[in-house]
Amino acid sequence: MYKIVSRRSLRPTLTMIEVEAPLVAAKAKPGQFIILRVDEEGERIPLTVSHCDLEKGTVRVIFQVVGATTVKLNNVPEGGYIQDFVGPLGNATETDGIKKVCIVGGGVGCAIALPVAEEFHRLGAEVTSIAGFRNKDLVILEDEFKACSDRLFIMTDDGSYGREGNVTVPLREILSSGEKFDMIIVTGPLVMMKFTVLTAKEFDAPITASMAPIMIDGTGMCGGCRLILHKDGKDVTAFACVDGPDFNGYEIDFDNAISRSRMYNEYERHAYDEACNLFKKA
Amino acid sequence: MEPKKHEMPSQAPEVRAHNFKEVALGYTAEIAVEEAKRCLNCKNQPCVDVCPVNISIPEFISHIKEGDFEAAYQVITRTSSLPAVCGRVCPQEKQCESKCTMGIKFEPVGIGRLERFVADYHNENYKGEPVRPASNGHRVAVVGSGPSGLTCAGDLAKKGYEVTVYEALHKAGGVLIYGIPEFRLPKSIVAKEIDGLKALGVDFETNVVIGKTLTIDELFERGFEAVFVGSGAGLPNFLGIPGESLKGVYSANEFLTRSNLMKAYLDDPTTPIMKGGNVAVVGAGNVAMDAARTALRLGAENVYIVYRRSMEELPARKEEVEHAMEEGIQFKLLNNPVEILSYENPDDKKDPKNGSIKAIKCIKMELGEPDEKGRRKPVPIKDSEWEIPVDTVVIAIGTSPNPLIKKTTKGLEVNSRGGIIVNEDGLTSRDSVYAGGDAVTGAATVISAMGAGKTAAAAIDEQLKNK
Repeated sequence: MYKIVSRRSLRPTLTMIEVEAPLVAAKAKPGQFIILRVDEEGERIPLTVSHCDLEKGTVRVIFQVVGATTVKLNNVPEGGYIQDFVGPLGNATETDGIKKVCIVGGGVGCAIALPVAEEFHRLGAEVTSIAGFRNKDLVILEDEFKACSDRLFIMTDDGSYGREGNVTVPLREILSSGEKFDMIIVTGPLVMMKFTVLTAKEFDAPITASMAPIMIDGTGMCGGCRLILHKDGKDVTAFACVDGPDFNGYEIDFDNAISRSRMYNEYERHAYDEACNLFKKA
Repeated sequence: MEPKKHEMPSQAPEVRAHNFKEVALGYTAEIAVEEAKRCLNCKNQPCVDVCPVNISIPEFISHIKEGDFEAAYQVITRTSSLPAVCGRVCPQEKQCESKCTMGIKFEPVGIGRLERFVADYHNENYKGEPVRPASNGHRVAVVGSGPSGLTCAGDLAKKGYEVTVYEALHKAGGVLIYGIPEFRLPKSIVAKEIDGLKALGVDFETNVVIGKTLTIDELFERGFEAVFVGSGAGLPNFLGIPGESLKGVYSANEFLTRSNLMKAYLDDPTTPIMKGGNVAVVGAGNVAMDAARTALRLGAENVYIVYRRSMEELPARKEEVEHAMEEGIQFKLLNNPVEILSYENPDDKKDPKNGSIKAIKCIKMELGEPDEKGRRKPVPIKDSEWEIPVDTVVIAIGTSPNPLIKKTTKGLEVNSRGGIIVNEDGLTSRDSVYAGGDAVTGAATVISAMGAGKTAAAAIDEQLKNK
């Protein structure tokens, strides 16, 4: 069992928890993820590590309350326990030789993008951050991004906060001005990542996308997290859990990833409704 | 002399095809004694030589003849740590029973069925507590809690070693838990074997991925004097044909893990799985049979085994193939999949069924010249492509060893297929690091993994006992 030492609601459907897991805290690097189970009958869900506290031996993760399992997880109180917590899984984000980086986060993906931005800032790289949200109410982690970015663009789709438009707007402006990054790193919904990659491609700018497909074991055993990569004119199968989660954006078959991500949509919706009803009754 | 093996009492095919309860019900004491009487107690014991863990087979069977089932159990556990498991999942027809003298003229003795009977009898009737041996002060780490790891841990614990088993998943048992379904190997039996090891003092640490959470080098820093790597099957192999990433295409590992470990076979699961419709399973090993029979029990209308060779080359255990056929699994032999075709609604881009499976396209094969191993090579028949309409495809064509440990362990040598290289003692290219099971051989059997765990345990004992 793993103790939830603290929890904070960032928004009604977005929660940050700190879990006591000293072995994971000692190892996890930005870009890596963990898998947890809330209870004995629970499913395994992957969540990206947002921060580690070596002294306290805790790992921070941020999750969106979207399905049955995250509803349950959101109901575990501070001081309560969850059944399983394993990691760190996947590879850390590549930082070698990157002196100037652009971090692009979309929605909850900003929670994943933040620790990567912080790591580059710590390493002395010049960090440009672009964080996009649907509207003002959904903006998260603005202060944290400010603290680690040399330049920050907050975008909202409806213009209710920051600038109006999506993340590709400032990215295109910067790239068309002739400015170059050693790497652009994008994290967020698949569609948003797809279009960010297309924008980068117009300028031949190198871009990495952080993928979070459906997975079970996270150690390369089940193959559920596989993606198609277009490499040298050939389709290659890669596993997000052991080969990723970061991939060269140019190579990812986003349309296939989008289709696969919807495999259990109907099931999820049903399970979510049931879980919500359960907690409403309680 | 009774020419045939006593039949195994089983659930009727039409009943068991709709439940996940164990198919074979096991011999009664009476049947076991009668079957034991068929053993000729040969002097040269050909059956023992082909057993990967060299169980003293005629000796345990002679105790059954006398009705002393506990004595029979003690004989088996001298060399095997998981008799209730092996009695169920070993390919006996390729091992002990293949060399049985009775088998020359008649059917061989039902050695596997007798082993299972003895183990089940012990589990139900033995009340004594296993004696925890005094510690010899040496600490050994075992990576992975599948058959090789459990065997290695058990053998060492019996000798007084302090053993810690690290498991990446949330539950111990490895393939016995996530892979082999309940109807072939009830999870309660695996749990009992693991409890037995715990009683011997073996410590199980779940949720630790060696190569990630801790490295092999860190295990030595933590005071372990030897490490056994039994990390098992790794990345699932795919065919490399178009359509393999459509919604509804699973690796057998994923399909079985969802059903077994994550309990998607229960009525109200938290982990989803595609159910019903028509299912094609590609491949014909034990894992393929398990996947096909699981799909059937989950409610599929038609389940097909698609295999490019013929029945003669089919690698699964004979009993599983027979069971599968009785249950109505349809064998599409001499067929090779060339593409998985998708459903696309041209009028509605948002149709949720877009990107799901419509059919699997196969080409018919014929057997050509034997290859270097003597197996006749399947050759495609020109213009013989045809389609089987299916909703789900499960790819069960084996696995490649897991790369996590290799990546993080300096000096650990692997072969071209990624298998860890070991010598005859199971020792790797790294000092005091041993390995065995699928991590070394690629996908193989439970019993061969157990044999490797056993060999390594003996070598570890040899290395540490005089230290």
